[in-house]
Amino acid sequence: MKLNDLSVHELKNLLQSKQTSSEEIIKSCLERIAEVEAEVKAFITLLEDDALKAARNLDKKGEYQGLAGIPYGLKDNFCTSGIKTTCASRMLENYVPFYDATAARRLSEADAILMGKMNMDEFAMGNSTELSAFFPTRNPWDHNRVPGGSSGGSAAAVAAGEILFSLGTDSGSSIRQPASFCGVVGLKPSYGRVSRWGVIGSASSLDQVGVITRDVTDCALVLQAIAGKDPSDSTSVALEVPDYSASLKADIKGLKIAYPREYFQAGIDQHVKACVMEALKTYESLGAIIDEVSLPHSEYALPAFLLIACAEASANMGKYDGVRFGLRDFSADNVVDMYSQSRGLGFGTDVKRRILLGTHALSAGYYEDYYLKALKVRRLLKNDFDKVFENYDVIVAPTAPTVAFELGAQSGDPLTMYMNDILTGSTNMAGLPGMSIPCGFVQEMPVGMHLIGKPFDEPTMLKAAYAFEQATSFHLSRPGRRVR
Amino acid sequence: MKAYDYEIVIGLEVHVELKTKTKIFCGCSNRFGAEPNTNVCPICSGFPGALPVLNQQVVEYAIRAGLALNCEIASYTKFDSKNYFYPDLPNAYQVSQYDRPICSNGYMDIYVDGKPKRIGINRAHIEEDAGKLVHQGSITETAYSLVDLNRCGVPLLEIVSMPDMRQAAEARQYLEKLRSTMLFAGVSDCKMEEGSLRCDANVSVRPWGEQALGTRVEIKNLNSFRSLEKAIEYEARRQMEALDDGEVLVQETRTWDEEKQVTRSMRSKEEAQDYRYFPNPDLPPLVIPREWVESVARSMPELPQQAQLRLMEKYGLSAYDVSILTSSPEYLAFFDRCVAAFAQPKAVANWMMGELNKFLNQSNLQITECRFSPEHLAELLKMIDEGAVSGKMAKDIFAEMFASGKPAAQIVKEKGLAQISDQDTLIAMIEEVLKANPKVVEDYRGGKQKAAGFLVGQIMKATKGQANPTLVNQLIDKCLSAE
Ligand SMILES: [Zn+2]
Repeated sequence: MKLNDLSVHELKNLLQSKQTSSEEIIKSCLERIAEVEAEVKAFITLLEDDALKAARNLDKKGEYQGLAGIPYGLKDNFCTSGIKTTCASRMLENYVPFYDATAARRLSEADAILMGKMNMDEFAMGNSTELSAFFPTRNPWDHNRVPGGSSGGSAAAVAAGEILFSLGTDSGSSIRQPASFCGVVGLKPSYGRVSRWGVIGSASSLDQVGVITRDVTDCALVLQAIAGKDPSDSTSVALEVPDYSASLKADIKGLKIAYPREYFQAGIDQHVKACVMEALKTYESLGAIIDEVSLPHSEYALPAFLLIACAEASANMGKYDGVRFGLRDFSADNVVDMYSQSRGLGFGTDVKRRILLGTHALSAGYYEDYYLKALKVRRLLKNDFDKVFENYDVIVAPTAPTVAFELGAQSGDPLTMYMNDILTGSTNMAGLPGMSIPCGFVQEMPVGMHLIGKPFDEPTMLKAAYAFEQATSFHLSRPGRRVR
Repeated sequence: MKAYDYEIVIGLEVHVELKTKTKIFCGCSNRFGAEPNTNVCPICSGFPGALPVLNQQVVEYAIRAGLALNCEIASYTKFDSKNYFYPDLPNAYQVSQYDRPICSNGYMDIYVDGKPKRIGINRAHIEEDAGKLVHQGSITETAYSLVDLNRCGVPLLEIVSMPDMRQAAEARQYLEKLRSTMLFAGVSDCKMEEGSLRCDANVSVRPWGEQALGTRVEIKNLNSFRSLEKAIEYEARRQMEALDDGEVLVQETRTWDEEKQVTRSMRSKEEAQDYRYFPNPDLPPLVIPREWVESVARSMPELPQQAQLRLMEKYGLSAYDVSILTSSPEYLAFFDRCVAAFAQPKAVANWMMGELNKFLNQSNLQITECRFSPEHLAELLKMIDEGAVSGKMAKDIFAEMFASGKPAAQIVKEKGLAQISDQDTLIAMIEEVLKANPKVVEDYRGGKQKAAGFLVGQIMKATKGQANPTLVNQLIDKCLSAE
């Protein structure tokens, strides 16, 4: 096996026992990138020289603590000092921040090595990475299919073996759906667990920074490095960060798992559903207690989620007005025209659509009917979850209604596209942790299982994920190399 | 109808800049007058990915201000985004408080014609200031405009009164009292010329006896107490005349043209923006524990209202006097110290409001910049009281004190200005004058009482005005009748 095919924890051992060097790992990844990147197109910015230089410096010191020497990628909405941060938008095409996102800073303090900035749907709005203003990313399992999104580049590159792990953001499904589509592990922590400072958000109350890795053990390692209160983010929470790796135990006897009937109904691909039902049987065989439950307000979740996401996005996108950021249309001869022409040119169709929806939902006369009602639904959804969690430890469901769809299949059809959030958006509304892990294959494409935990109970969720992973081999498959 | 057939209804919206060390959501200095775009960072200038962190000092000052205005302090409050595009607003939204202001239901007492009147405070809420545009010439003709973001994120408290005022002078009184109350509470510099105190006025008129409010006009660009008063007077008159002419008034925003002394229409209600307020998702709701409010209340100094009552009750001063004496904490402290050294409050008040204010205004100085101490003024007043100097001399001495900061006694000594009240000295001088003016003495004895005046004048001239005039009069009388 090549170095780039191993996991973070395996490489950590090799580095610490001096059986390899960071430079060798980086080179192995760069070789892989040279092989597949022309097709996959996961990177917006590749930092080949910087990564090699950092690896050599690290190797000179010869100390490998934390995530030292491990190459990773950042979704291109994480601000990186001195490195272009585009949000895959014409608006920020040449934007170079002079400050680092806290999560990125914590990784560089752990001596992990940044390989590049990953493609995404423009301003994290989308579910296929086709809405990048620059180019679409392709699913490494099948280049005719999308990797999911919006963190599509982050998931595709990890699945393709170009990097060992990546960070993404998730306001509805943006880490978990691409993880599901690409057959990797994607974790969105509880709201407030990881700092959002320096992350260019679209929906601040839903967005959370999360992790994409190839297995659950790596996921716990990376989450450990980025979790914790940040005084620069008022919405980050000052709860103690547990030892996530210590929570990874295969023994889950007596663990209470609920599966909500609403998440297995019409609209969910039968084969995908079957994979998850099969996974539940595996859990049962491991000694877990499995029950069907109801989350009765689920049918209102998607419209309410979209209203809040669009409302917040409409406000967050306001600063891209041509005055300071991004593109300015100099042909305008007054400030109002300059605003509308710059925004007209700088934003893609879906961003504009969401800005319009959000603006409308917040307008006088509509606010009560739309936004306020959505907030009420949000409360009801949270109550639904609270009730289930009175009796259960983890909720299990499919991550996405289907496996990865073909490029172009959903473009021009925003409603179908928005359906990608239907199984995961509620967890963002309720601020709960959720993660997707590989649980099967349909049409030779990976299927993801969604695990939802209690607020800030990532350890139990990780434990459930780890136990399943130990009992199965889905996570060992790689594009072009199924493990059966 | 005539002007007196209408009632004017006025409410004020006042923005007070809170004088915290740093801005509301970042660590940038909250200092006026720095070079453009030097007090800025990713947060206050709206860089992508930057997040706000609320400055606790802002909340504390808002609580202080609210308590000083007898407001209820919310135990739960939140921040909302007010969305609009303008080049001086980098986020394209201003963080403000929409439906849950930190302070509400307060009041402030003012004095109208010596009688107390209570003006309701509807609410006071925290918000951030925007930046400043610098145009090249007029806004409509400028080829380009420059943006200065130093003021972005400066904390403001917007204080909204009830429509309880009925004349321009009342509105001015209210604003002056509000200013001194904020100064005493220690939350703001309240400098209108630097924009740390800004005022918009809502003005409407209605026929006397009518209960419903008339169509409201908001007046902006009021840069001084005087322009507030003038603008309200003008606007009320304009509305009355329009109604008399059968016009229908429109709800609109008008701006005060200081040069032409008129209000001009800026935009009508139809053109008003929809700000799409909604809870700012980057700032968690703010819970204010009772203990916090109580500890702020305990640390509250004497406020203008309490001081005014104290001065009226203890010293019998007029409402007018006390309102001036409490215009700032420093001014009141000067008065109190002076009275402590010379227990004639009315005389102290008269000198401070007369000579002292005259000189301060002429030289454009604040009371804190006065070169002599309250005790020095007390010393001068004592000298007048004891007859050591005349009232007229005292004014000259005061001028010298103001210019040099020297104590009165020193000035008197240096210039030999002490009043001559020594009888023997004066009698000797009088006898000389009588000897030198036998004709006048004769006239006096012949019944011309006026002749005495000439004699007094001669003495005053000889003593360069230092003779005690009352005493001189008595002594001349005595000398003339004795012979
Ligand atoms: Zn700042």
